[in-house]
Amino acid sequence: MKAVAAGTGTTPAWSGARASRLGVPPGVVRALWWVASIGCFAGMWEAVWALGWADPLLLPPPHIFLRNFADQAQFFVPSDVVGETTSASALESLGMTVVASSLRVIAGLSLGFVGSVAVGLLIRYFGLFGNLVLPTITLLAPISPIAWLPVAIFVFGIGNPPAIFMVFISLFFVMTLSTISQIDAVSRTYVNVGLIMGASRRQLFLQVIIPAILPSLFMVLRMNLFGAWMVVLVAEATGVGSGLGQIVMLARSTFNSSLSFFTMTLIGAIGFLFDVALRQVQSRVLFWVPASGVNRP
Amino acid sequence: MRSDAGNPPLLTCRDVGKVWPTTGRPFVALDGIDLDVARNEFVVFLGPSGCGKSTLLYLIAGLERVSSGTIESGGSVVEGPGTDRGLIFQESSLFPWMTVGENVAFGLRLQGVAPARRREAAIALLRKVGMADAVDKRPDQLSGGMRQRAAMARALSLRPEVLLLDEPFAALDVQTRSKMQDFLIEVWRDSGASMLFVTHHIDEAVALADRVVVFTARPGRIKSIVPIDLPRPRDPRSPEARALADHLTDLLRDEVDRAFAEQERLR
Ligand SMILES: Nc1ncnc2c1ncn2[C@@H]1O[C@H](COP(=O)(O)OP(=O)(O)OP(=O)(O)O)[C@@H](O)[C@H]1O
Ligand SMILES: [Mg+2]
Repeated sequence: MKAVAAGTGTTPAWSGARASRLGVPPGVVRALWWVASIGCFAGMWEAVWALGWADPLLLPPPHIFLRNFADQAQFFVPSDVVGETTSASALESLGMTVVASSLRVIAGLSLGFVGSVAVGLLIRYFGLFGNLVLPTITLLAPISPIAWLPVAIFVFGIGNPPAIFMVFISLFFVMTLSTISQIDAVSRTYVNVGLIMGASRRQLFLQVIIPAILPSLFMVLRMNLFGAWMVVLVAEATGVGSGLGQIVMLARSTFNSSLSFFTMTLIGAIGFLFDVALRQVQSRVLFWVPASGVNRP
Repeated sequence: MRSDAGNPPLLTCRDVGKVWPTTGRPFVALDGIDLDVARNEFVVFLGPSGCGKSTLLYLIAGLERVSSGTIESGGSVVEGPGTDRGLIFQESSLFPWMTVGENVAFGLRLQGVAPARRREAAIALLRKVGMADAVDKRPDQLSGGMRQRAAMARALSLRPEVLLLDEPFAALDVQTRSKMQDFLIEVWRDSGASMLFVTHHIDEAVALADRVVVFTARPGRIKSIVPIDLPRPRDPRSPEARALADHLTDLLRDEVDRAFAEQERLR
């Protein structure tokens, strides 16, 4: 999925990229390629603008939509539903908006991760519970998170809860089913080692099964990160009244394409930072997963 | 040591059978297995692939249930895994999320032993298998042979009376394997446990066993039990060892041929 491919230059040995022969540290080389890649993209865009092929009102090039940082930031001053504005400066408001959206994603992802892993484990630990709950979860899983949006608003009204709920729901079913299939796929040998060494059922779950399934669950979490950003923007756009999603809607309704691209740039950068952060967490907590695999820095 | 030495056997299998409930007709893996194992005896299981050697080991370990007959260990009927029986697997079975020391002390942790005591115990156990300095290493930093030695240390941590080994050296190269055999003999002497060892290698059987149990092809039955009355340390090139190896080869070849013929007929 996207989330995996979006990592920073995790170049597999079999790809076309070659190690530097000049003794430049690989980190520097990678950074240079990043600059080159983004530079080419922005350069082409600027060229299209310079040649007059693109209407700057519809497709403003980066130097235009990034130029008036302060101008852009003013749109982030929160005016809640009642129309009150706070006294925060434009830049502060921009920061607050970014933090608000980020916290919603973090809260939703954390609740979703813990909740779904817990439910998945309970389903496999208590047979009766599993028999009762699993069919319903299987049935609810294919429903697109977007379809839950009205429910989120009916139940939670406006503000943070519906946005967090949306992120939670976008992760919960996928992750619960994934937890169950990971439990079923735990190496028979590990389970047998646990049993032979005298583990009770509880000890088997806590000390063998959970550590065995955590690495792949973390991969699933990372793959759902961008999905979580998507639903939080949708939630914010429709009813929460603050956050990056609301700014996107504002840009649309005021026909402000500069603001739109500015916000997109922000969203892209934050999403990227989130992925980097998650990978850091992964390599700390799941230290035993080989570096050549999922979490090369 | 023989099972007929006068003492009651440590482990007995009485008319043990195992039927796997596969789709279609049930699959008879083991049938009418009668076997006594004496205390501190070294028994090797030899048989064609798929004859049920691993299955019998798992039944004795208590990881699977018998379909008929009974297995008794230390006088009580086997109904599940127990710390009187240790098992060493063919593939690497150390948990990658624990250090070597934590792996070795895993059984003690399950019993609620405090971390500091566990570490001491792990070092002592690792010393027995000659790798005390690996206590803080991670399993993926060990070679195949070291991993199996660590697995052995883990199995020994609970002081089992029976050690069950399912082709533990199958994934090792020839030199490492022969070292590990010498080493296993030491562990065996030192621990005083009975050994039940599965292998495909006739030389390995002759090198290790007090008795070799030869199995028939499906369903697995005991074809014959060959005592290996050679003094240790053994020289695999001595005429006696050669003669025994040839004898086992003949016994085994019949079974492999029969297994092939059966497969042809079923086709
Ligand atoms: N859990 C199971 N369910 C169904 N059939 C099984 C199961 N485990 C083993 N069998 C079957 O029982 C037979 C005996 O298997 P087993 O693993 O005991 O053979 P083995 O003698 O150890 O073979 P090998 O030497 O190849 O390891 C095989 O035909 C196998 O397919
Ligand atoms: Mg086997």
